[in-house]
Amino acid sequence: MLLISCPHCGPRDEIEFRCGGETHVVRPGPAEAVSEDAWADYLFMRQNPRGLHAERWLHAAGCRTWFNLLRDTVTHEIKAVYPMGHARPEVA
Amino acid sequence: MSSYSAWGLLRHGLGARDWAPAWRDATPRKRYKVVVIGGGGHGLATAYYLAKNHGIRDVAVLEKAWIGGGNTGRNTTIVRSNYYYPESAALYEMSLKLYEGLSRDLNYNIMLSQRGIVTVAHSRHELEVVQRWAGAIRANGIDSDLLTPAEIARLAPIFDTSPQARYPVWGGFIQRRGGTARHDAVAWGYARAASALGVDIVQNCEVNAIRRGADGRVTGVGTTRGEIEADCVVMSVAGHSTVLADMAGFRLPVTSYALQAMVSEPVKPLLDVVILSLATGVYVSQSDKGEMVLGGALDLYNSYGQRGNLPTAVNVAGAAVEQYPALGRLRMLRQWAGIVDVVQDSSPILGETPVPGLFINCGWGTGGFKAIPAGGWLMAHHIATGSPHAVAAPFSLRRFTTGALIDEAAAAGIAH
Ligand SMILES: Cc1cc2nc3c(=O)[nH]c(=O)nc-3n(C[C@H](O)[C@H](O)[C@H](O)COP(=O)(O)OP(=O)(O)OC[C@H]3O[C@@H](n4cnc5c(N)ncnc54)[C@H](O)[C@@H]3O)c2cc1C
Ligand SMILES: [Zn+2]
Repeated sequence: MLLISCPHCGPRDEIEFRCGGETHVVRPGPAEAVSEDAWADYLFMRQNPRGLHAERWLHAAGCRTWFNLLRDTVTHEIKAVYPMGHARPEVA
Repeated sequence: MSSYSAWGLLRHGLGARDWAPAWRDATPRKRYKVVVIGGGGHGLATAYYLAKNHGIRDVAVLEKAWIGGGNTGRNTTIVRSNYYYPESAALYEMSLKLYEGLSRDLNYNIMLSQRGIVTVAHSRHELEVVQRWAGAIRANGIDSDLLTPAEIARLAPIFDTSPQARYPVWGGFIQRRGGTARHDAVAWGYARAASALGVDIVQNCEVNAIRRGADGRVTGVGTTRGEIEADCVVMSVAGHSTVLADMAGFRLPVTSYALQAMVSEPVKPLLDVVILSLATGVYVSQSDKGEMVLGGALDLYNSYGQRGNLPTAVNVAGAAVEQYPALGRLRMLRQWAGIVDVVQDSSPILGETPVPGLFINCGWGTGGFKAIPAGGWLMAHHIATGSPHAVAAPFSLRRFTTGALIDEAAAAGIAH
């Protein structure tokens, strides 16, 4: 069970949250200049690393804020919590 | 290799303690025509059909731990072919048909038990969807019959179909040819038969690099047991597909999740069908040993940690106790998880990769045990003939670019 620190509400059980998958995915554009391959990459391809993963979470049963986590996908250890729109922090 | 028979069983049962190992635990050679990465069911079946159907015996299966130790040995062993889209129906029906003849083909008892799989609807809306599925599945030429609540009660007296049930039962449908098979036997049976045809099965051999030539074509793999050259390499590593694709330098539409299951202490026969509840996602069957086998939904976030998280286990057990009140006092013996390879449209990826000579078989997610014979057969066909089998063609990685997705997640409900 994860204990996730919502930036707004503080530490809460994982069951209050929804994981929204990989974060920092940028939509390519302008639309008429986007190739089929670039569009497929944007829509479907995922980093899915074994190790540190930057991902979006929603505090669904709380304040309903979206935020980012840096989490290890093997140990599930949370290395950083940071707001949407911020760059991925460097962690040791 | 000696053939298994009733006579052999009797002779060994009477005291002859000379069972031979079922396959050769090979030491890797320097080069093979085909290297298969991953000794799960799909990898082993690919090697077997390469040798058997196409006479390609210069093949190695490289497994980082022990064969069948991945999802093939961790799954809840449900086999069925009641899928919605014609492409999927052709694929999974081909697999079920191969399963129906597999014990004989491999001379290895895979304990296929076509006890029937029942899908239960718990509201008017679910029942409407179920009616639509059952019709579409029939139109695909696959056996599928609607069931009334009374028929479900007759098939599974321990399932709560009473008017005061927490999850009221509105009806359902059954594929009578669906059921279970023994997972370890599928891995071991393919390994034994492939080994007998000359395939090298190499355990404790982790692939940590994909080697490519100046022209970009695959030339072999780097492993913990040295460099191995190959004309052609197949990755069949389920939840670790992205790790391998990263080594080879291309991207995949795969997300890895933990999927867990659990079994109870063994009890006398209680349930002789498989039941899947649409409302809770929980499905239950009883193993031949008597354990109640429980499975449910994926864990909530991507993971390579091969263990399940408590909230999902609690949901599964909670729903099971509501739907099968008689299970309420049973103790759970074991709980575990496998890392499954989930793709957006819940359909597999079979065929070529952007790297010439490198093939992929993945994306089975929560439901690829039932597909092992077909996955192996189709992959072997593609490698041997140079072009995809008609059944496999729609499942290429290119579908994510062309947009021709086969969205079984939306179409046929919960997988497994
Ligand atoms: C709990 C659970 C329940 C399930 N229930 C069902 C069900 O009821 N019915 C159904 O049809 N399906 C079910 N599935 C899904 C099914 O188990 C899988 O889709 C199927 O077993 C995949 O087979 P595979 O051979 O592709 O992968 P695996 O059996 O996982 O084999 C992949 C192998 O690759 C090896 N490997 C990984 N990386 C490397 C490397 N770098 N080098 C060498 N080897 C490597 C792994 O060790 C592993 O042995 C379930 C899965 C789980 C986890
Ligand atoms: Zn919050």
